Amino acid sequence: MSRGLRLIPIVLLLFLLSGLAWRLIKPADTAVPSQMVERQVPPFALPAALPGKPGLNAADLASGKPHLLNIFASWCIPCASEGKVLQELQRRGVTVDGIAIRDTPDALTAFLARNGDPYQRIGSDRQSDVQIALGSSGVPETFVVDAHGVIRRQYIGALNASNIPGVLRELEEIR
Amino acid sequence: MNRNSSSPKNPASSKYRIWVPAFAGLTILLGSPALADSNLPPAYWANRQLPNASQEAQAQALMEQLRCLVCQGQSIADSDAELAGDMRDLVRRRIAAGEKPSAIRSWLIQRYGTWISYRPTDEPAAWPLWLAPLALLLAGAWLIRGRIKLKGSR
Repeated sequence: MSRGLRLIPIVLLLFLLSGLAWRLIKPADTAVPSQMVERQVPPFALPAALPGKPGLNAADLASGKPHLLNIFASWCIPCASEGKVLQELQRRGVTVDGIAIRDTPDALTAFLARNGDPYQRIGSDRQSDVQIALGSSGVPETFVVDAHGVIRRQYIGALNASNIPGVLRELEEIR
Repeated sequence: MNRNSSSPKNPASSKYRIWVPAFAGLTILLGSPALADSNLPPAYWANRQLPNASQEAQAQALMEQLRCLVCQGQSIADSDAELAGDMRDLVRRRIAAGEKPSAIRSWLIQRYGTWISYRPTDEPAAWPLWLAPLALLLAGAWLIRGRIKLKGSR
């Protein structure tokens, strides 16, 4: 065997080790983005999650003005921290609609009493059906939906205060 | 265990007496983030087989090829995550309603991309995967070509 060929295993080993080191330093992004962005919200109709608030269907999201569609749950810990941000957006005139995943009215009432209630409507998705139809892979997630019911952007994970200017700008652009 | 080794005078055993509960406490503390689950029971068809055996077999085969969004190394057939349970329920409901597994798979791919399916696609991104066995066979043949020639010529 030639000298060059004998080096192949060492080169392969170095290649493998550098690959492992690279992934340790920069872990892979595990978020699964929805393929529904830039597409129409799929047809759905969800019953009201609370007695005093209307449920949500696809037509409500194509009502002629942009919406934020927040996928959340009372049992989801990061969703609690997101409450303040959504309320601030609501104060600035943004319509926020919610889909509560696998939730009960009692737990949801307590959650909203604790963390504030920015929602105009909340649909109850007890089997994650609409969540799956939207290509959402967890809670919380937020979709920016334009006036015609087309999804324009997906935020995976809780929104924080630094997202507020960006969200407002996007809503302004699609108005 | 004899009396001597368990007596408090033994330095090794008194050391363990502190560390064992400390370790147990730490384990319990670190184990708590797994509680992020809802209070609702699993969806009806999440952990229940379809009465029609051939439909159940179709559903099972499909569920084993769909990737869980929460426990990303597992199929939805293997995962205990609630979202995986809800996806099993969706697959079984649609198969019971007469939908073809390939239609359900492409419906999910429309939502989550080819990521959701374990079955390799025929898109250009997967071509190296399909060509790898052929390339490796050729490389192997090239490596041993000298030996084959020697035996044949003798």
